[in-house]
Amino acid sequence: MGLTNQSSGINVLRERFNVKSNLEQPVIALAGNPNTGKSTVFNALTGLNQHTGNWPGKTVLQAQGTFSYKGVEYRLVDLPGTYSLLANSAEEEVARDFIYFGNPDVTVVVGDATCLERNLNLVYQIMEITPKWIFCLNLMDEAKRKKVYINIEKLSEKLGIPVIPTVARKEEGLTDLKEAIAGMVRGELTTRPRLVRYDREIEEALDYLVPRLSSVIGERYNLRWLALKLLDGDQQIINHLQAQFSN
Amino acid sequence: MKMFEIQPGEYARVRSLEAEGNIRRRLLDLGLVPGTLVQNIRRSPLGDPTLYAIRGAMIALRKEEAGLVNVDKEER
Ligand SMILES: Nc1nc2c(ncn2[C@@H]2O[C@H](COP(=O)(O)OP(=O)(O)OP(=O)(O)O)[C@@H](O)[C@H]2O)c(=O)[nH]1
Ligand SMILES: [Mg+2]
Repeated sequence: MGLTNQSSGINVLRERFNVKSNLEQPVIALAGNPNTGKSTVFNALTGLNQHTGNWPGKTVLQAQGTFSYKGVEYRLVDLPGTYSLLANSAEEEVARDFIYFGNPDVTVVVGDATCLERNLNLVYQIMEITPKWIFCLNLMDEAKRKKVYINIEKLSEKLGIPVIPTVARKEEGLTDLKEAIAGMVRGELTTRPRLVRYDREIEEALDYLVPRLSSVIGERYNLRWLALKLLDGDQQIINHLQAQFSN
Repeated sequence: MKMFEIQPGEYARVRSLEAEGNIRRRLLDLGLVPGTLVQNIRRSPLGDPTLYAIRGAMIALRKEEAGLVNVDKEER
């Protein structure tokens, strides 16, 4: 593996996604199901400090911008809305690749409080990729209107992840969200994600693969997820590995 | 019956999927797991795709896709 400096290595990888940031600028990704209010959160946080383009090599819109909170400037990247991260479409591929290879300092998953259950498929997929994420439960006003009551504390406890309720359209809860992002970036707000345990054969295969991947790739990536993708025979991931680590 | 046979406004519950591999995964990702209640909201002017309400979201499915889902009609 050619890159020796871990942090500069990550910035090189981020630049492949057209996301440029220096070490002082933490990178925050916004992910979630379609139509949950990601762009509304993005616009409320970044205001006019944003620009749009395309994801490299894809006809998928990319929006990024910056916001400042308590003296730190953060770079925010709005990912396309997806129900899954299995890379069955260009949108899913972009979202998955950025969360995995771009290694955001924090991923904010924006969920729809009116249909919480439907959001959990993506939540568990993200949980497998990274422990550094926050669940922003948006559309709380709509949920209230539909008489949906959510026990935020219990949900947070069950997921092992901070949950921040918001009404992005009215900018409610966004200060709490920024506070949580800042805390996670500083390493003060930590998570205890509840990972999926698979059948014994799969767990044994993972125990076999992970140390072998580690000797080739190092510890920068979540190797358990990578090993799961290899067991899945995910050709896109195999191509990525060949492109990045063939020397 | 198949999911595409649900008439506009009517409900049905998913019994099973007749798909494998990536297509099966995609249908599951959209929330079409056995036991899920689905409603035909409306067909597009050309009759395909059809818009369904699935677990709180509106999702358009083509006839080929909805044809892979076995459902039981449910009166509501
Ligand atoms: N009532 C209510 N509406 C909201 C809230 N947040 C966003 N919206 C509305 O929800 C709709 C979708 O918001 P977007 O921000 O475009 O959602 P998105 O997640 O970026 O959607 P995609 O990028 O298509 O996946 C818009 O009409 C918003 O005004 C909220 O907290 N409450
Ligand atoms: Mg959007």
